[in-house]
Amino acid sequence: MASVTQPGTGTRGFRISKRVLPYVLSLPALLVCIGILIPFFSAVIYSFQRYRLSQPWARQFNWGENYLNFFTDPGFWNTLRVSLLYAGTTVILELLLGLGIALLLQRRSTVNNFISIMLLLPLMTAPALAALMWKLMTNPGFGILSYFASLIGLENFRWASSPDTALLTVVLVDIWVYTPFIMILLLAGLRSLPTQPFEAAALDGVPRTFVFFRITLPMLTPYILTATLFRLLDSIQQFDIIYAMTQGGPGDTLTVFQVEAYLNFFQSTNVGRSAALLIILWAITYTLSNVFIKNWLRLRERARGEA
Amino acid sequence: MEAMSPLERVLRGIALTLVVVFFMFPIVWILLMSFQTNETILRIPPSVVFTPTLDNYAALITGKLQTAAGTLDIAFMRNLGNSVFLSVVSVAVALLLGVPAAYAFARHKFKGSEDIAFTLLSFRFAPPLLVLLPLTQYFQWLGLSNTYFGLIWVYQLICLPLILWIVRGYFEDISADVEYAYRIAGHSWFATFRKIALPLAGPGIAAAGLLAFIFAWNNFVFALVLASADKQPVTVGALAFVTASGIQYGQIAAAIVLSITPTLALALYAQRYLVEGLSLGAVKG
Repeated sequence: MASVTQPGTGTRGFRISKRVLPYVLSLPALLVCIGILIPFFSAVIYSFQRYRLSQPWARQFNWGENYLNFFTDPGFWNTLRVSLLYAGTTVILELLLGLGIALLLQRRSTVNNFISIMLLLPLMTAPALAALMWKLMTNPGFGILSYFASLIGLENFRWASSPDTALLTVVLVDIWVYTPFIMILLLAGLRSLPTQPFEAAALDGVPRTFVFFRITLPMLTPYILTATLFRLLDSIQQFDIIYAMTQGGPGDTLTVFQVEAYLNFFQSTNVGRSAALLIILWAITYTLSNVFIKNWLRLRERARGEA
Repeated sequence: MEAMSPLERVLRGIALTLVVVFFMFPIVWILLMSFQTNETILRIPPSVVFTPTLDNYAALITGKLQTAAGTLDIAFMRNLGNSVFLSVVSVAVALLLGVPAAYAFARHKFKGSEDIAFTLLSFRFAPPLLVLLPLTQYFQWLGLSNTYFGLIWVYQLICLPLILWIVRGYFEDISADVEYAYRIAGHSWFATFRKIALPLAGPGIAAAGLLAFIFAWNNFVFALVLASADKQPVTVGALAFVTASGIQYGQIAAAIVLSITPTLALALYAQRYLVEGLSLGAVKG
C-alpha cells in the first residue's frame, strides 16, 4: 500500500492508486465480516437436515421436513405467538411512552436537558444486567416491587415466576431499557422541526390538538418510522432480557425465537430444528430491515443535508 | 407553547416526576442494596434506613465470599477484567479496520461501495444466534473456541457497522476541498488522510469508539455461546454468579453496580453523540 501512495509518484501512479485505493481501504473490514458469512450458509444447510448432536450418525438431509413439521408443531406456533406478542407489546408501549416523554421534554431548559440525559442510563445498562436488577426487585422474598404489589392488595404476586405474569414482567424490563431509545430519537426529531408552521398556527389560534395531529405528527413521521422499525427489528429477536430473567420459562411461556433456538441447540441438541427456527426469524428480520434501511437512509440524507 | 396554564404546569410536573421515578428507581435501589447486608435487605417492610457497609464490594474484590457453607471463591473480578479487555481490544480493532473503510466510502464512489456498506450494516440486524450456533462448531475445528481472539473477531459484528456508519457520516461532513488543496500542494493520499481528514473527524471517531465500547461491553449472547467461565465478560459472569452464590443478594447487587458503572459513566461523558450513534448516524442530536 505504501509504495502506491508515496508522495511524489507521478500522475500515472496517482491514477492507479485512486482506483485501487478504496478497495484496499475497505477490504480488511469486509474480510473480517466475510468469515462470519460462512456460518450463515451452514445454518441454511443444517435447517434442511435431520441433525441432532446426540445422534451424529443419524445426520442426513431431510429437505423441508424441519419446516413442514412446524405446521403441526404447537411448540412452533407458541414461539411465533410469543415472539409477535412480545415485539408488538413492547414496541407499541415504548412508542407511546417515548413520544409522550419526548413531548414533555421538547422545550430546551436545564431541567429538561438534565432529565433527558438521566433517561439515557437505563438504555446504556446491559439488557442482561437490567434483567438481573429487575429480578432482584421482583424477588418474592424481599423484592421491593413484590412489596409494592402486596401494598395494593396483590399478595403473592409472582412476577416472572408465574406463567400469567412472566410476559408482563419481561415486557416491563424491555420498556425500562428501551423506551429512552425511542424518546431520544423522537426528541432529536422534535427539536429539529422547522418552527415556522408552529408559529403560524399559534398566530392563527389553531387548537393544539389540531397542531399536534396535523403538523407535529406528520412532520415527525420519518423519525417515528425509523425508531419503530429499529426497535421492532431488535425486539422480535430479543434474547438477553428473557434469557437472563427466566431462560424462556416458566415452562414454554417465553420461548421466543432466539431463546427457543438456543434451548433446542444446547438442551435438546436438535440442531436442525434450531437452525430452521433461526432461518424463519432471519426471513422476518430481513424483510423488516429492507423497509427499515429505506427509511433510515432518507432520514440520514436529511440529517446530512442540514449539517 | 408559551402560554401554559397553572393546571397544565402541575400536570406536566407530575408526569415528569413519574417518568424520572420509573427510570431512575431501579438504579438507585440496586445501588442502595449493594451497601447493605443480607439482613437489612431481607427486612419486611423494606426500608431505606440502614448502616452502609462495604463488605459486598470487599468480598467481590478479594474474591472470597463468606457463606454459611464456608468460603466460596468468586471470579467476578476476572469477569470484569475480561469485559475491559474484550471491549477495548474489539474497539481498537474495529477502529483500525473501520475508519479507513469509512473514509473510502465517504470519499470515493467506487463499484460495489454501497453494496459493501449495506452488507456490513445488515449484520447489525441479523439474528446473532443464526451465526453463533454454527460458529461454535467452526471455532472448535479452528481451535478458536473459548479464545479471546475468537471472541474479539465476533465482536466486530457489533463494533464495525457502528463505527463504519457513524465515522462515514463525519467524513462526509468535512468538505473535500480542504483535502484537494492539500493534495495539490504535493502531499500524498496518506498524508492528507492523516493530517487533514483524521484530525477533523477526530471527535466523531472518538465518540464512535466510545459507543462501540458500550455496545461491546453490554453484549451478552456472543460470550454466552462462545466463552467458558474464564473468558466470560460481566454480563454472562453476573448471571453465573447469581446461580452460584444463590442468596448473597448484597453481593449480587454490588456486582451489578460494578458491571454497569463503566458504561453509564461513558454514556454520560459521550451523551452529546449518543443520538447519532444509536441511530447509526441517521439522526443528529
